[in-house]
Amino acid sequence: MMRFARLSGLVVLTVSVAIAAEPGVNALDYDGPAWSPYVVGAEIGVLSWMTFYFSGKPIGASSFYAHIAGFIGKIIVPRHMEALPYFVKKPPRVSWEYVFMVATIAGGAIAALSGGEFTNEWLPSMWSERFGEGIAVRALIGFAGGLLMAYGARLAGGCTSGHGISGTMQLNPGAWITVICLFIGGVAVAFPLYTL
Amino acid sequence: MTDASAQLPNPAKPTDSSVDAASQLMAGLLFGLVFGFLLQKGGVGKYNVLIGQLLLQDFTVAKVMLTAIVVGMTGVLTLHHFGKVNLHLKPTRIGANAIGGLVFGAGFALLGYCPGTAAAALGQGSWDAIFGMSGLVAGSWIYAELSGWSRRTVETWGDFGKVMLPDLLHLPRSVFAIGLAGAIIILILVLERFTIR
Repeated sequence: MMRFARLSGLVVLTVSVAIAAEPGVNALDYDGPAWSPYVVGAEIGVLSWMTFYFSGKPIGASSFYAHIAGFIGKIIVPRHMEALPYFVKKPPRVSWEYVFMVATIAGGAIAALSGGEFTNEWLPSMWSERFGEGIAVRALIGFAGGLLMAYGARLAGGCTSGHGISGTMQLNPGAWITVICLFIGGVAVAFPLYTL
Repeated sequence: MTDASAQLPNPAKPTDSSVDAASQLMAGLLFGLVFGFLLQKGGVGKYNVLIGQLLLQDFTVAKVMLTAIVVGMTGVLTLHHFGKVNLHLKPTRIGANAIGGLVFGAGFALLGYCPGTAAAALGQGSWDAIFGMSGLVAGSWIYAELSGWSRRTVETWGDFGKVMLPDLLHLPRSVFAIGLAGAIIILILVLERFTIR
């Protein structure tokens, strides 16, 4: 009996050490949204009606980066770039999608400045608490993340906006597959990043 | 399934090969401003909110997206039913959707912003979004370099073309959409009940 008590005590101790040993980085310790997610979500939904009706376009973000890649490529290696199958089908243009995303940056600035949430920081505090103050590390990992995202988005045909919101609402099965896989992939990488 | 593009004149039709019509660009500018504004107000330009979702601690992203899907679907499918808008379906390619989604998700976790929210984050003064946006340009270029290969391989796996879920299931679109809206609303209520944020 005594032995059992000592053993269970040891188990409790081990478990609590294991829990305590987890880095205590909790996303909820940092600022959340300024507005209700339901209000914002509903307004993005209504914005979709308007982009469909007035512009004949679904909301989408990732093709913006492909346009920029195309613009740069056309300056450096124009003949090579124009021969690539992707750019033959979708030549880089100053399109609705391009202007839309440039304006998204400005819209984010207006919202942050008007709401007193302008951060002016190179490292998110949750990142630096976990990975330190080195900007080079953040730059490298962030660049790699962006690279993978763009490749994945182009392969899948869209991103969190184009598939995740616009495609799902049009009942596109491919969009639902993409958005589910996207969260599976994201969780699978985020957990080791923050809990190991 | 009807090919919607044949029904209505497409206002996006460019008059010039490299630049859209000015009115179209002005509309894009206005809608983009609203989109970026909403993303920032919704907190989805914040690194901790986005990573928090992938760590299953903060469900703001899911709440924003699910609400946008229900509201957007209701309006867009109704407008389409009455012939007021075209649908803009992308092809369903199971292999490319699944692999692309997984790769995208891995990158999303590394950066902590997605392509749209990175733009809002940059506007918000989160300068680290620039690293990710540079990576997004580089990754788009790499995809373009390999696009001949992926078109012959991955993008042929499970290629269903432009389809909709109710058509695959032989259900009327309205019935399917109402059922899906109900399921999403229940999911939102569950999230609201069991999540802190």
